[in-house]
Amino acid sequence: MRPVLSAEAGTSAVLAADAAPNPWFDATYVVDNWDTILRYLGEHVRLTVAAVVIGALIALPLALVARRVRWLAGPVLGFSSIVYTIPSLAMFALIFPFTGLTATTVLVGLVVYSLVILVRNFLTGLQGVPGDVREAAQGMGYGRFRLFWQIELPLALPAFMAGLRIATVSTVALTTVGVLVGHGGLGQLIFGGFNSNFYRAEIVTGAVGCVLLALVADLLLAGAERFLTPWARARS
Amino acid sequence: MGEGAVVTGFGDAVVYLNDPFNWTRPGGLLDLLVEHLAVSGTAVLAALVLALPLGIALGTSGRGGGAVVVLSNVSRAVPTLALLTLFAVSPIGFGNRATAIALAVFAFPPILTNTYVGFRGVDGDVREAARAMGMTRGQVLRRVDLPLALPLVMTGVRTAAVQVVATAGLAALVGGGGLGRVVNLGFGQQDYGLIIAGAILIAVLALLTELVLVGLTWAVRPGPRRLPFVPGRRRTVRGEPELTATGVPQ
Repeated sequence: MRPVLSAEAGTSAVLAADAAPNPWFDATYVVDNWDTILRYLGEHVRLTVAAVVIGALIALPLALVARRVRWLAGPVLGFSSIVYTIPSLAMFALIFPFTGLTATTVLVGLVVYSLVILVRNFLTGLQGVPGDVREAAQGMGYGRFRLFWQIELPLALPAFMAGLRIATVSTVALTTVGVLVGHGGLGQLIFGGFNSNFYRAEIVTGAVGCVLLALVADLLLAGAERFLTPWARARS
Repeated sequence: MGEGAVVTGFGDAVVYLNDPFNWTRPGGLLDLLVEHLAVSGTAVLAALVLALPLGIALGTSGRGGGAVVVLSNVSRAVPTLALLTLFAVSPIGFGNRATAIALAVFAFPPILTNTYVGFRGVDGDVREAARAMGMTRGQVLRRVDLPLALPLVMTGVRTAAVQVVATAGLAALVGGGGLGRVVNLGFGQQDYGLIIAGAILIAVLALLTELVLVGLTWAVRPGPRRLPFVPGRRRTVRGEPELTATGVPQ
């Protein structure tokens, strides 16, 4: 596993380092480095929330326009799937020359990815609103804003929330690639452990933290959706 | 970071990519490209060998649907970088073998899910009619189920392959090979030209993979063919909502 070290295995110091225990999980590591873990977790959460919120703020008007101007739907969806194909490593590397080794580089990349997921789901949700319902509301004198806020938004909410959940979970996973510019949230633990002589406890803590964060975020959003759509609960 | 540095970076990238020696020298771009494709191909093949039979078995019998959905959902929450690193520090050791295994793990869920859904969705009446016409079980599977499920199976393979080609670049961060090396080297040397050149190569490779597989899907599709990029007359394009991570009912 460590060819460089084993090549000079004659010296006892190297042997000692090599024979040192390297457990997959170590509770004392977590306790001793709690502050560091919290700091990275905080960065991870901030990046994720900011990326999804900014992505949603851009995606909603885009989806509304793509729904109104029918021929735009194809290009918007096609472009979003092309952008989604660009690997995260390439994306961050291409943004890096503009914004440098800052969290902004990671944030811009994450916003782009969450944006293309959200546009897709927002558009699906809006297209799913039955034409009859919109017509009836317009006949009852609903203006464009009230129509969106009181009729379309509640009806499209399940699709919107599904999009937010996917975008959030993907963003949590993608944030780790930010290690490329030194702002990968919990990814810093994964990468840091790898660089600290393959310290497994640190790597596993970062990896498990990412998965737990994604699952907790998804459950929170699922709960929010249940809370926001009381009629769906009553029906089932 | 001034605008000038960015412009020179893109210029340097073009110069770097235009130099034939950078491609053909030992350990150059061609070698890295071959390594990248070999690792990706191995991973997708391994995932196919495992996921296809399982998906077909579960899909035709209609069992295990819940487990398939949960697996595909949870896999979305696992960062690729985490798995690549974990395999690299495991007894497998870092290098192309660990990369291929980690990538195969990520290629498995999309292929399994789509195969399952494809075979599950075959109309029972069609199957029954084929049986009544005297087809054996094997014939039904090969000549009825497979053609009908093929579009979805191919979607799964495409998703998996593009994802694998894209994430194979990350392996360079944890001691693996492939085109990610160029980007990693660029960061190590603070060379914008190298970083941008590597990023362009990886992005183009992923887009090409997607294009080739879209073409392949079109070619193997049964029935009348319409070019994939020519829209039909009255077709409002619809997005497909994707599955969520924990599979919590909505």
